[in-house]
Amino acid sequence: MTRRLPSFVSRGLLLAWLAFTLVPIYWMVHMSLRSNDAITGGFSWLPESVSLANFERILTDPAWYSGYVNSLIYVTLNTVLSVGVALPAAYAFSRFTFLGDKHLFFWLLTNRMTPPAVFLLPFFQLYSAIGLMDTHLAVALAHMTFNVPLAVWILEGFISGVPREIDETAYLDGYSFPRFFVRIFLPLIKAGIGVTAFFCFMFSWVELLLARTLTSVDAKPIAATMTRTVSASGMDWGTLAAAGVLTLVPGIVVIWFVRRYIAKGFAMGRV
Amino acid sequence: MSTRKPVNPRGWWFVAPVLVSVAFSAIIPLMTVVNYSVQDILGPSQRVFVGMEWFKEVLRDPDLHATLLRQIVFSLAVLALELPLGVGVALLLPAQGWRSSLALVICALPLLIPFNVVGTIWQIFGRTDIGLLGHTLVLLGIDYNYAQNPLDAWLTVLLMDVWHWTALVALLAFAALRAIPQAYYHAAAIDGASRWAVFRHIELPKMRPVLLIAVLLRFMDSFMIYTEPFVLTGGGPGTATTFLSQSLTQKAVGQFDLGPAAAFSLVYFLVILLVCFVLNNAMRDAGKEDA
Repeated sequence: MTRRLPSFVSRGLLLAWLAFTLVPIYWMVHMSLRSNDAITGGFSWLPESVSLANFERILTDPAWYSGYVNSLIYVTLNTVLSVGVALPAAYAFSRFTFLGDKHLFFWLLTNRMTPPAVFLLPFFQLYSAIGLMDTHLAVALAHMTFNVPLAVWILEGFISGVPREIDETAYLDGYSFPRFFVRIFLPLIKAGIGVTAFFCFMFSWVELLLARTLTSVDAKPIAATMTRTVSASGMDWGTLAAAGVLTLVPGIVVIWFVRRYIAKGFAMGRV
Repeated sequence: MSTRKPVNPRGWWFVAPVLVSVAFSAIIPLMTVVNYSVQDILGPSQRVFVGMEWFKEVLRDPDLHATLLRQIVFSLAVLALELPLGVGVALLLPAQGWRSSLALVICALPLLIPFNVVGTIWQIFGRTDIGLLGHTLVLLGIDYNYAQNPLDAWLTVLLMDVWHWTALVALLAFAALRAIPQAYYHAAAIDGASRWAVFRHIELPKMRPVLLIAVLLRFMDSFMIYTEPFVLTGGGPGTATTFLSQSLTQKAVGQFDLGPAAAFSLVYFLVILLVCFVLNNAMRDAGKEDA
């Protein structure tokens, strides 16, 4: 009986998984470096000639790059707001018992379960009525419906990992609650905030339906720019693939910063 | 966990910002949908109260039953594949060092691609003439065509979902594994526990709360899947990959049947709610027995 897999087997399996992950991404990069004629013209394992024309088009055309800026603005806004409102709530769920707390926790979660498809029209009507249509704030607020519950959930786990004695000691030392929370508590759950911010960023960055419904020009996200360009000029595969490659960049930056926190580990306590 | 949490009604003040922000974007649209679901909307100012009529129609709709069944099979397949795969990948990931960082970033890549781009990439990737996957399968002598063969289309959507979302399970499981104190492993080594016993009696119970989150998230999101199959197959061939969200959108936008669509989406929401409630309680109880 072997106690564990030999290291070359586990390494091989991991490499196989990483390869599976990378192959479609390779194909996207491959397409982004070729012209449309070459893409639809025939199959090739490697790009026959490398051209950065697709990337150049995106980075010089304001209709394209403003999509990136818009997406980044509302995703950042959403992440800051979601983490901001979730922090005190997660603290309360972790530290106090109050009337209805368990039900409230599950209710929060149910907001992640509303199928977006039919809620698009009510969302559209709501944001039109309050004059927020086509603003970054509208998308950020709409995305909070599914990010805030997740943020509360993850942060609650991290906060429950901090011993309650720390709170009590701070009170005895004469700290007011806000000062204690900002000066002492937040630094202790830095890792949790990082991980939560990553998940908020991710779910908001990849969502398209709500973002597209609530914007038209001024706050149009990159993913929507992509669908519209495609329908207008037939299938512009090369530009689309190049835009797809560029959508990876902000996410890679964010995960690079939180990777240490993930590797340090977290166990989310209650559900 | 030894002492109970103090009762403190002040907790409500702490959760107030969350309540206000979520209620704003959730309750108002939800009530609008409830409002639609009991009315026949003939025009912008003409509407008739019809009571439970739409709910009866929706619940008797044979198309809906077929779509619901297809959706359930899909979500179960997603969970059955992504959960073990994600945990497996998490166990294989190196614990620290640059290899760990690199592997984590590569694993997370599919999560960071907008949904419609995922669909578009797979649309080309799966084509037999110009796509890597389709071309390779045909070279291997497999009769594959996701645009015409329903089974191929279904499997392609499933493979795409596994590619796209297994990393979410893997990242969560990896984080949970790293949180297990080394002392547990030392104790297991002294007892001469097998690798399986370590997994079964240490790692799995410690991962359970995080895995519950992974199961719930993957269930909800796969049950509401819309953009990726819509872009990849458009729901076809026939209705082979038409999932609930898509047939709902066809009703609401395509045929502009707001009333039935609203009733449909409420039934849909309640199904998700019920399953999550049951899963949540079942897994919590399983956790108690283990402890």
